[in-house]
Amino acid sequence: MTVVEIPVEKWPGAVREVTLGSSYGGGTRTSTVTVGGETVQPFLGFEGALPHRPALAVEIVDMEPGDWSPELVATWGKDLSDPAKWATRAVEEGADLIALKLRSCHPDFGDRSVTDACDTVDRVLAAVGVPLIVYGPGTADQDNEVLVAVAEATKGEQLALGLCTEKNYRTIVAAALGNGHLVIAQTPIDVNLAKQLNILIGDMRLPLERVLMDPTTGALGYGLEYTYSVMERLRLAALMGDAMTQLPMICTPGEEAWRQKEGRAAADVPEAWGELAERGVSWEVTTAMTLLEAGADILLLRHPASVSVLREALDDLTKGA
Amino acid sequence: MALTGLEIYKLLPKTNCKDCGFPTCLAFAMKLSQKATELDKCPSVSDEAKTTLDAAATPPIKLVAIGSGERAFEIGNEVVLFRHEKTFYHQPGLVVRVKSDDPQLAEVAGRVAGYEVERVGIKLHLDGLAVEHAGGDAAAYAAAVAAARAAAPGLPLVLISGDAAAIDAALSGGAAADRPLVHAATAANWQAMADVAAKHGCPLAIRAEAGDLAGLVDLSENVRGAGVEDLMLDPGTAGLAGDLAAFTQLRRLALKKGARALGYPIVAVAGGATWQAELARATQAVAKYAGVVIIDHLVPAAVYALLTLRQNIYTDPQKPIQMEPKLYEVGSAVPDSPVLITTNFSLTYFTVAGEVDGAGTPAWLLVADSDGLSVLTAWAAGKFDAEKIAKTVKDSGIESRISHKKLVIPGHVAGLSGEVEEELPGWQIMVGPRDAVDIPNYLKNVWGA
Repeated sequence: MTVVEIPVEKWPGAVREVTLGSSYGGGTRTSTVTVGGETVQPFLGFEGALPHRPALAVEIVDMEPGDWSPELVATWGKDLSDPAKWATRAVEEGADLIALKLRSCHPDFGDRSVTDACDTVDRVLAAVGVPLIVYGPGTADQDNEVLVAVAEATKGEQLALGLCTEKNYRTIVAAALGNGHLVIAQTPIDVNLAKQLNILIGDMRLPLERVLMDPTTGALGYGLEYTYSVMERLRLAALMGDAMTQLPMICTPGEEAWRQKEGRAAADVPEAWGELAERGVSWEVTTAMTLLEAGADILLLRHPASVSVLREALDDLTKGA
Repeated sequence: MALTGLEIYKLLPKTNCKDCGFPTCLAFAMKLSQKATELDKCPSVSDEAKTTLDAAATPPIKLVAIGSGERAFEIGNEVVLFRHEKTFYHQPGLVVRVKSDDPQLAEVAGRVAGYEVERVGIKLHLDGLAVEHAGGDAAAYAAAVAAARAAAPGLPLVLISGDAAAIDAALSGGAAADRPLVHAATAANWQAMADVAAKHGCPLAIRAEAGDLAGLVDLSENVRGAGVEDLMLDPGTAGLAGDLAAFTQLRRLALKKGARALGYPIVAVAGGATWQAELARATQAVAKYAGVVIIDHLVPAAVYALLTLRQNIYTDPQKPIQMEPKLYEVGSAVPDSPVLITTNFSLTYFTVAGEVDGAGTPAWLLVADSDGLSVLTAWAAGKFDAEKIAKTVKDSGIESRISHKKLVIPGHVAGLSGEVEEELPGWQIMVGPRDAVDIPNYLKNVWGA
């Protein structure tokens, strides 16, 4: 009888466990999401622990996003104009958590007040029980202004606040620290830059159990391989014991995939590209699935069909773990 | 597995006779380990040393060719588990499966053969057609394979049947000339399958059930004993978790444990109930170690995504894809559209072009030849200086296509603006944002103002 000795790799390090959402101490969430805790490479359950499955977040915007792909607009329909309804439907479609982007505070997109932004966050928190990720309008200065106000108004909810970058980490980390929230530390596709920002955040005494790292997503065909390899290297470093890489990774395949021509163009494209409805979802699913294989812990998605494909894939990948 | 210089030295005669042209046996061993010389330069090497060194020089995963002629493809010869450790060399063949009794068989074969899509200037294709024996006897199967060959001449094939007589009939009917992959020899039929594959000189896939690697080792030894040299491994798992575990174990066993019996490329039968589920499974197979990926759905959008993924994953991390340095048009640029310049590192190009496209302002994008370096790196290396920028502008012919003379340079090289102005008399040099993500805002508020 032939016996094959399966090579098993044991690692000294583990990814930190990070919990989003809270149901006490000011938190009103009816469910929480814990990610991380891996002691092995992605989904290799035969050699170690994978205590938490990666989570799927659906991205919503606080205003009708006029520049989104027609396929997404058709799919979400009138829910696009009401963040509370949009969030509710996203949860029905299988979202483990909601990522809300407060874009309308951007001077180019409505320039609405910080009070309005806090209102929107409140309405979404009231509409759904899942944890919330909140993004500012997207520039470091405005993010500071909006996220600080949101952080104070939602004390104890254990939101994840983004983006926290090298430019504005002091303000965002302070807001998280004082109000019981988490931060999303984003750096541009580079192992050392990611570590450096995590060190800076750690120096401000925010426990690293409250930090998610976003290594910056390149979409399929638009730099995916760089993100993929940087994530593999970050995860291997974490397993080898490098504390500054032992954070769960959050990726944005939805935004990146649907932003590209492949996710937007319905006409005037080569026949080999196929139909937009199938192409957009293919782009999002392929990007997201590849990132899962590299160690993604939270995926931000945009299309309900992608959520359902990824959910099924995760059911299979974490079977018996 | 490759031996170190010292390990090789132990196998040499240690006489320092210098006949090999090197001063000592140790020096010769060091050169051998770097593959800088050949063992046969040594006149007195023992047969034992030869055998050991030959074995060490054999690639841990055998290179296997499927098909013949122009569309033939090779897989295997991989040396790492992670692409950042070196690179992945032989991209997996993407094969579409069709049943032999499918009335659409010839049509599908033609579509598979004809599918073509272009990315970064490279034409991407599907690699083959798998004809699965369904219904009918050996003669019916052979006829189906012949019909597929007629509809798609030269397209590599995978012949799927558990019946060796059917495979034999198809190969004898002419398919052997195409050197198809025969799938699969199992514990039940390996003798007959191996005989057929050996007789026709075709590569043979061996299939165990439910990730039974020991079963694969037995099959491997059996069919090699029967004279088949080119094998592929199908661990016969169902689903993502099983595939990932088995494929990872096979790759590790071949690379790290030198398991000869398992030193062959892997076949991933990724077919799923829906094209979406199949896409997820095929994605994993491309990223994680498959040599051939068999899918069931010929959905162009999904195929395009998989071919793009394969190109991404199999790009050498040390040699990033470079864009052709020239003038690119983002959207329908007109004479008063802005002109931006960047470098020809593909990721730089795609990031900038993506942001410009997303901004909704059509623009001219000039790409300078920076040997594939990003803006800052190219600037530091002297490959993106004022002279290079001016030359790119002049050579591109942009001047005759625009009604203004304004050039936006990347914010990271703001310091070059004066020099560029000197090199390009009459041009107004504008300093753009440092990060591509700020381009939409820049085009709206600075350019548009």
